[in-house]
Amino acid sequence: MKKRLSVLFSMLLVLSMFLAACGGNDNAGNDNGGDKDGSKSDVPQELRVNINSEPPSLHPGLAKDSTSGTVLRQTFEGLTRIGKDGKPIEAAAEKIEVSEDQKVYTFTLRDAQWSNGDPVVAKDFEYAWKWALDPNNQSEYAYQLYYIKGAEAANTGSGSMDDVGIVAKDDKTLEVTLENPTPFFLELTAFYTYLPINSKIAEANKDWANDAGENYTSNGPFVMTEWSHSDKIVLEKNDTYWDKDAVKLEKIEMIMINDPNTELSMFDNGELHWAGAPTGALPTDAMQALKDDGRLITKPIAGIYNYKFNTTVEPFNNANIRKAFTFAINRQEIIDNILQGEQLPAQAIVPPTMFPENEEGYFADNDAEKAKEYLQKGLEELGLKDVSELPAITLSYNTSEGHQKIAQAIQDMWKQNLGVEVTLDNQEWAVFLDKMHSLDYQVGRMGWLGDFNDAINFLEMYRDADGGNNDTGWESKKFQDLLAQSAVETDAEKRQQLLKDAEAVIMDEMPVMPIYFYTENWVQADNLKDVVISGLGDVQYKWAYFE
Amino acid sequence: MAKCIGKRLLYMLISLWLIITATFFFMRIAPGNPFTSEKKLPPEIEANLNAHFGLDKPWYAQYGDYLLRILKWDFGPSFKYKAQTVNDLISEGFPVSAALGLEAILLAVAFGIILGIIAALKHNKWQDYTAMIVAVLGISVPSFIMATFLQYFLAIKMGIFPVARWESFMHTVLPAIALGSTPMAFIARLTRSSMLEVLSNDYIKTAKAKGLSSGVITVKHAIRNALLPVVTYMGPLTAGILTGSFVIEKIFGIPGLGSHFVTSISNRDYTVIMGVTVFYSILLLLSILLVDIAYGIIDPRIKLAGGKKGE
Repeated sequence: MKKRLSVLFSMLLVLSMFLAACGGNDNAGNDNGGDKDGSKSDVPQELRVNINSEPPSLHPGLAKDSTSGTVLRQTFEGLTRIGKDGKPIEAAAEKIEVSEDQKVYTFTLRDAQWSNGDPVVAKDFEYAWKWALDPNNQSEYAYQLYYIKGAEAANTGSGSMDDVGIVAKDDKTLEVTLENPTPFFLELTAFYTYLPINSKIAEANKDWANDAGENYTSNGPFVMTEWSHSDKIVLEKNDTYWDKDAVKLEKIEMIMINDPNTELSMFDNGELHWAGAPTGALPTDAMQALKDDGRLITKPIAGIYNYKFNTTVEPFNNANIRKAFTFAINRQEIIDNILQGEQLPAQAIVPPTMFPENEEGYFADNDAEKAKEYLQKGLEELGLKDVSELPAITLSYNTSEGHQKIAQAIQDMWKQNLGVEVTLDNQEWAVFLDKMHSLDYQVGRMGWLGDFNDAINFLEMYRDADGGNNDTGWESKKFQDLLAQSAVETDAEKRQQLLKDAEAVIMDEMPVMPIYFYTENWVQADNLKDVVISGLGDVQYKWAYFE
Repeated sequence: MAKCIGKRLLYMLISLWLIITATFFFMRIAPGNPFTSEKKLPPEIEANLNAHFGLDKPWYAQYGDYLLRILKWDFGPSFKYKAQTVNDLISEGFPVSAALGLEAILLAVAFGIILGIIAALKHNKWQDYTAMIVAVLGISVPSFIMATFLQYFLAIKMGIFPVARWESFMHTVLPAIALGSTPMAFIARLTRSSMLEVLSNDYIKTAKAKGLSSGVITVKHAIRNALLPVVTYMGPLTAGILTGSFVIEKIFGIPGLGSHFVTSISNRDYTVIMGVTVFYSILLLLSILLVDIAYGIIDPRIKLAGGKKGE
């Protein structure tokens, strides 16, 4: 008896420790998020955001990921910049002339300075672009420049750098000759591979971009004053920026926390002004609560989550079978119950941020009747009597809890609506990519985010069966012809129509099953205004301020 | 003694070579490469990159190059982080992980041993039960739950500590507790059980019979012998904790070495994988050696040169 009492007593003691920790909150818990003294007018213009992880490179020619892009977009200024309304506007260039055939662009630069006082000259652009194209420099994103005449040849070693259509006529004039009329070229000149580099600095020191300091000169709204690797980056307002009156933030602290729960906790604790996309992430478990509080902000972006079919193996070499599988899933249910981020059900390939009518898409979501019809047709064409004769089907995805939940839901929908048994299979990311790229799969998950705001981004990859990102083994003469025509079409509307026709070809043969279009979800401090997020999901702090 | 340590060092070198070789080949067998990405590179660019990093050479040439580089302690550039070499990653990340690790070890050892001794001396009394409930909780609650728990109560609700990051001493407290709680619990249990065993030995009874006070018996005779298992456990623990914990560093946003162990593998960042593996192996092997030397100091019955423990 005495012994039992002592056990009870000791357990109580332990318990009381935990209970003690639960009491007495309220002192720091006024969790309205963000700045505590938000009502004051002299609120410090200092922003603290999370960028998730170390940017792999802050050299415009070597960067190839969104984290690096986020930093570069604040520190550098391209010939154009994506404006508040999502359209490219003149930035480092003050005047842009386009030739009749839309192949020659003449940029006149405005008077601007690098952060160390050097003038920004046309040669800085020529230097930066040719640097990226030089095969000795290992720029993995050099292909972003392939729209320029001779660029691909120079980069792959079959042509000379002198034949590349980039000429600095004088300090203020840059003439760029393109391979084809490229209506989205001014979107591209805002992209980070097209940013200039201070050629004086870079020629003297090839490691200029490895750390903050006097070598890291930039020409954008902010300069990087500190870069503690894997820890944080500090940007400060650039006093030599040509448009510095538009910049109100004095300082941006970008910290690197790769844990959504911690990110949200820090936001709730007032240690961050922003949590979630595009620079970080929110925990899925917290979405519903944030939505109920009315704090969650959602914005559709140009990105698609889809399942690809391997069209070189049975049964997915049959278009009707592919359609049956595509029609048989309930996208809205997946979005409401699993994703919870207000994503848009995708019944098309090109996101509605580019083709607004794709909010409706080409077919109805969750059309089990139609799916069964197509399944029957497909089975007949394959010479099978019923679904039980279908070869074993495996659905592949890369290991992640989110992908797994979606795969399980779709597995269930296929079983209910089509009576097809599908096994699930997951692999580590690089192993999975290897399998997808070598067509060693049947149905596989893939996502795609646009690099620039043009539908070609989402169509081009299906042009050639062996093109790097096709992954389906599908190609079509008609589709290729339409893309080829769009490449030389100079009339914007006609070109748009050609691209729509091309999309219709894909939707008619369905080598890929669209599931949803991405959205970005975040929470932000109430008094933070004018952070601009483009349709691609890129963030700009140039115009941001605290009220 | 010196001869024995020399022999041990030789074995260490052989172990290290085996680890390096196994890592090198496993790494290359894994599908994918550092340039694998969702947006596939044009083949010409990929070929050019492979040539630049020497990945187009036959495996034995790459293996040879690699061994040479390790001998010079130059692990080369990181494939992913263009701004840093692998040596930079290690020399920047290790001090942070080591500082956090030391704090956690100190916490674990100090509280673990105290709890264990109290539990043993007050065997089957309430102090014993309390200490052991703490220990069971410490062992069975995973560090990431402990971390979130600490963040929620001590940082968000009570506002005593910052939620995350690595800036001042206050920032180090929560991660150190989260990281140290499991080893602390383990040490407490080890100390308790070996103390109980030692306390029932004849020489303790002799000491009691001689009329020594229980304080002297505990400090001079019991603890010293009871600590041997703890010292054994300290070797691998030190190496593991000093090189950082992926989970704790991720949750608290600490720029340590721990995350590189995991992310370098999913990035197929070959040079980083090899760099951190070699670095960790050396630390591990050294700490095991130190533990063996410490045995000899704590318990004179164990002689390194005696051959029994020295092998």
